[in-house]
Amino acid sequence: MLQLKNVNLTLEGEQGKKQILKDISLTLEKNKIYVMTGPNGGGKSSIAKIIMGIYQPTDGQILLEGEDISTLGVSERARLGIGYAFQQPPRFKGIKVKDVLELAAGDNAKVNICDLLYDVGLCSQDYLDREIDASFSGGELKRVEIASILARKLKVAVFDEPEAGIDLWSFQKLTETFENLNHMSDTTIVIISHQERILRLAHQVIVVSEGMISEITTPDKFLGEIEKLETDCRCKNNCTFIGGRTDVQCDR
Amino acid sequence: MFNVIDKKMLAAVADLHGIPQGAYNIRKNGQGVERNTTANIDIVTKKDKPGIDIIVKPGTKNESVHIPVILSQGMSDMVYNTFEIGEGSDVLVVAGCGIHNSSSQTAQHDGIHEFFIRRGARMKYVEKHYGEGDGSGQKVLNPKTIIEIEEGGSAELEMIQIEGVDQTVRDTEVRLHKNARLIVTERLLTTSGQNAESNITVELIGEGATAQILSRSVARDDSVQVFHLNMRGYAPCRGHIQCDSIIMDKARVSSIPEITAYHSEAELVHEAAIGRIASEQLMKLMTLGLTEEEAENTILKGFLA
Repeated sequence: MLQLKNVNLTLEGEQGKKQILKDISLTLEKNKIYVMTGPNGGGKSSIAKIIMGIYQPTDGQILLEGEDISTLGVSERARLGIGYAFQQPPRFKGIKVKDVLELAAGDNAKVNICDLLYDVGLCSQDYLDREIDASFSGGELKRVEIASILARKLKVAVFDEPEAGIDLWSFQKLTETFENLNHMSDTTIVIISHQERILRLAHQVIVVSEGMISEITTPDKFLGEIEKLETDCRCKNNCTFIGGRTDVQCDR
Repeated sequence: MFNVIDKKMLAAVADLHGIPQGAYNIRKNGQGVERNTTANIDIVTKKDKPGIDIIVKPGTKNESVHIPVILSQGMSDMVYNTFEIGEGSDVLVVAGCGIHNSSSQTAQHDGIHEFFIRRGARMKYVEKHYGEGDGSGQKVLNPKTIIEIEEGGSAELEMIQIEGVDQTVRDTEVRLHKNARLIVTERLLTTSGQNAESNITVELIGEGATAQILSRSVARDDSVQVFHLNMRGYAPCRGHIQCDSIIMDKARVSSIPEITAYHSEAELVHEAAIGRIASEQLMKLMTLGLTEEEAENTILKGFLA
């Protein structure tokens, strides 16, 4: 179980200090899938990076199975069983797919790296010995990134927009991969996504907006509200679902 | 014959863990100490100057020649080696020089290697340079490589200097005739106050000649690297230079490209990049549980592999 308690994050930007996350509190249970969604720039990736330790919280606490890990760095949290699939993974001249997957697997002897590549829709024969260099397309890179998370034995796995760059044909495979991970392990899965099919996998949908958690809901409720907004509002001018008798507040 | 240090250096520069198969000539501290020739590969000591002639008979296939040089004391050694790679042959040549200098004097090896790759012959040439020893004496290596590739011949050069050489100026000149082919892979790592300069000039003289140079280097500490990679096309031909450097600490790297076409159907490309290790690369490996230092080493090892 991973808990965030009153986490704040302020970063130094070009225009001075900016508060990115405001009083985030979350409890993420094991063996559950959470999908974080919400507008771009709302703070989803920042929450992911706070979990991984890439950002250190300005204040607040992060607990992994009750142990305070707030001040631990990235490597230490990784070794405790936290993993993060980058939204835009880096390329490496001279490092092969096989090297990264072997590093990721570590002493996790159960892992067969050929199977991992199959799970993300890549043929191991074509990819194992390929360098992860500029010849890799964005989609190929994302798949290797996801495989590098699947290789690990994790308590918490965070995927930052895993569907970006994945073609429709492979999409089914991707959702199955998350389902399998959920069935085969106790890992807490956090996925940042805007895709309906990914949202449908969630036990809980966490809506993040303006650096805060605006709602924790279920996929049906969340998708129902969006559908209602689509049908009831014709102006598409930032109208919002407010619930109650009028449901949609439309400025038309 | 060989002590522990000699054996370590032979392993580093020629992957030799015993007496090699096939033809070889091992030179130690300015003297030839071991030699073996085969029915197809002859090695003859030059009469007019220090060095050897290596003669590969036409049609020789799948044979190798090892010609490592080791220096284990402060001294200056200079050799001229000539290679005659006979028509239609296919051979591996492993050169390389290891210096163990624990003295306060300079240990220097300057080698001039001249190759004639005859029609349709193929040669793979591996040259590794390595220095060690805790003396204050400099370890200096200045190799000069001159290659003539005749019609349909090909040469693949792997030139690697990974550790411990204080000063190096490497000159490589290659001339390619009709349909000749060249691939050069260069790997260079400099640390502390080391200086390295690599000058490669490739002349594509014959129609259909192709050449590719892939140079990767890492410069650490206060070291300095200079690359002059120069390609000239005199006929319908194709040439590609790719020069990539990782710069760290207070090092300095210059990459000076030159491509010249003397023919309208010469296609020449030069790509050069210098940059530090991207922080996302370090971060990615750290999210797999590596420390920052381990991540850095993994990236450098892969880059120079």
